[in-house]
Amino acid sequence: MATTFDTNGPPKSSFSVSKLWTDKKSRGVIVQIIAMAIFCAVLAYLANNVVDNFEDLGKPFGFGFLQQPSNYDINQTLIEYNSQSSHGRAAVVGILNTLLVAFCGIILATILGFILGVLRLSPNWLVNKLAYCYIEFVRNVPVLVHILLVHGILVHSLPHPKQAIGVADSFFLSNRGFYMPQPLFQPLFWLVILAFVAGLIYAFWYKRSARIKQAETGQQSPVFWVMLASIIGLPILAYFLTGFPIEWQLPEQGKFNLKGGMAIKPEFLALWLALSLYTAAFIAENVRSGILAVSKGQSEAALALGLPRKRTMNLVVIPQALRVIIPPLTSQYLNITKNSSLAIAIGYMDIVATIGGISLNQTGREMECMIIVLSLYLFFSLTISTIMNWYNKRIALVER
Amino acid sequence: MNLFRYAATAATTIALGASIQANAATLDDIRSAGELKCGISTGVPGFAFTDDSGAWNGFDPAICQAVAAAVLGDTAKVKYTTTTGKTRFTALSSGEVDVLARNTTWTFSRDTDLKLDFVGVNYYDGQGFMAPADLGVSSAKELDGASVCIQTGTTTELNLADYFRVNGISYEAVPIETGDEARTNYLAGRCDVYTTDASALAAQRASFEDPSAHVLLPEIISKEPLGPLVRHGDSEWADIVRWTLNALITAEELGITSANVDQMATGTDNPEINRLLGSEGDLGAMIGLDKAWAWRAIKAVGNYGEIFDNYIGASTPIGLERGVNAQWTDGGLLYSPPFR
Repeated sequence: MATTFDTNGPPKSSFSVSKLWTDKKSRGVIVQIIAMAIFCAVLAYLANNVVDNFEDLGKPFGFGFLQQPSNYDINQTLIEYNSQSSHGRAAVVGILNTLLVAFCGIILATILGFILGVLRLSPNWLVNKLAYCYIEFVRNVPVLVHILLVHGILVHSLPHPKQAIGVADSFFLSNRGFYMPQPLFQPLFWLVILAFVAGLIYAFWYKRSARIKQAETGQQSPVFWVMLASIIGLPILAYFLTGFPIEWQLPEQGKFNLKGGMAIKPEFLALWLALSLYTAAFIAENVRSGILAVSKGQSEAALALGLPRKRTMNLVVIPQALRVIIPPLTSQYLNITKNSSLAIAIGYMDIVATIGGISLNQTGREMECMIIVLSLYLFFSLTISTIMNWYNKRIALVER
Repeated sequence: MNLFRYAATAATTIALGASIQANAATLDDIRSAGELKCGISTGVPGFAFTDDSGAWNGFDPAICQAVAAAVLGDTAKVKYTTTTGKTRFTALSSGEVDVLARNTTWTFSRDTDLKLDFVGVNYYDGQGFMAPADLGVSSAKELDGASVCIQTGTTTELNLADYFRVNGISYEAVPIETGDEARTNYLAGRCDVYTTDASALAAQRASFEDPSAHVLLPEIISKEPLGPLVRHGDSEWADIVRWTLNALITAEELGITSANVDQMATGTDNPEINRLLGSEGDLGAMIGLDKAWAWRAIKAVGNYGEIFDNYIGASTPIGLERGVNAQWTDGGLLYSPPFR
């Protein structure tokens, strides 16, 4: 690049300072160095400012407060927690609540998104337009509004626990949550778990040997049915043989609320549904674009080769569509995880509400709490990205 | 560690802003800006509300108006910033507001660890419970298994946990961000009882469609001295806010009202009134203000008793009795140090 052909004479090779700027390549490097220096200077200035201000205020910096008792209660805890537990434990409760809603949201949004995406391509005019209207409506309203709307509907339209909608005296729906029987595991239950693990191992061994058999002899085995029988059938059989080692604790009316059983709180329901419904609309569009990206000639060629329609879909269309769907799907998964931080709007105790909210406010450690919340979200997002990138690589086109 | 500290602080700098001036002369800043930055709540009937013209008024904004009158000579020169239970302390310590007048409880850790200065108490409160009358509950001790609406980031949240733990009863906490949301959730039946400072409960109840359908339970489970607060580190500014509040309280004790303050300012036979209103000595100069500072504050918003009666007293829909908030001469807790 540096040596351009000059009609007036041979290119000069001697070095001069002014040449650093006239040369395109070195100029690029210089500009980048200057930009980086300015960026670092601004960052250093801001950091220095904060450190100075903290010193002026006399506020020490440290994470010792995490060991102190939190003194507040949390209504949804996946691990043992009470007001005497530490702020650190409260943070863990918050992390688990965030992960729970993100995980459930990702699953529901993926299922709904794929269904909607396929419906959007349906030749049936009504189905097609209904899916279209849903997607356009949901995508163009902020997710916070969806969360508040769903929460409002759940809290205002569902009955009080005293008038809860009950099914078979086991399931109750009220504005304080969805109550269901809680399983109490009896001693013999470990045999059922053992059966499940054994079934799982056998199923995958069978699947592998079936593939080898098909590669060698061309014979196909009933993989799906054998896997179903060993993963689900075996534990059920064990459950019967050991004499039903689960007791169900049914929810019943208490003085104020339904007592006993398991309860899904309206806050969790609202957040989960709102995030899933919202993100499903985006996933639907990803799925639609993915399917449309596979040219018609592909499936026509497969059919012409004599592959049945189902195998054409499974072996030709979907693998190619997934290549287009996965990368944007990753960012939708990240969106669900990050959008779950809006939980505080309806009082769902996620990571932002516990360590980034109440703990922050009670201890006054804005900087430390924000650093914790920030690094956790970064960690979650990078983990999801890594997993999805690994999956993307696995299904990517293998070129020789 | 130092490197980590720099890296870590850099990341959240934006959240804190770069304008913290802990030791700056707040009074000079307010004078040069020509306005007082005042942090208030997002709205509690009687305590902080917008009137028909959209201006903030109430028991808490009155403190800011009094300070603005004393410092700037105009109650309108106040810039109100609404804060939630969670954002209020950050707003104050980052310099977003100069004074926080927002039913905030004076506690040890807030005064020391959070590096804030409480300048006094303008309302002695305690935490109570409100329940629908038809729930049939007559004591907080009967609340085993109940759902309780609670504003997050408040002392009430901690008192609640303590109270139920000590009494060995269980409950479901329903955390809520603002008073308005608490009201909606409580009325929708998401929770059985709503707990916060008794004054705020009375205020909320007054705004219900049918206040008589809700009862306040007899238990008061905590001490909640509410008062205005400023940042740590500028004692001169803290003095101004503290003594403006004291001036309003002393004015009531000495019988100075917004109606008779002009006449009293010309001189009386009570030397303390004369010192307070500036006709004798020069107390104002000692806190960097002029002689008439207290006169302006009282003239603008009235004495403590007038503010109480105007916004939350027995004649208003809120209907709070003076109770422990009466002057010490009437058996209450209000007791201002002397102006001498």
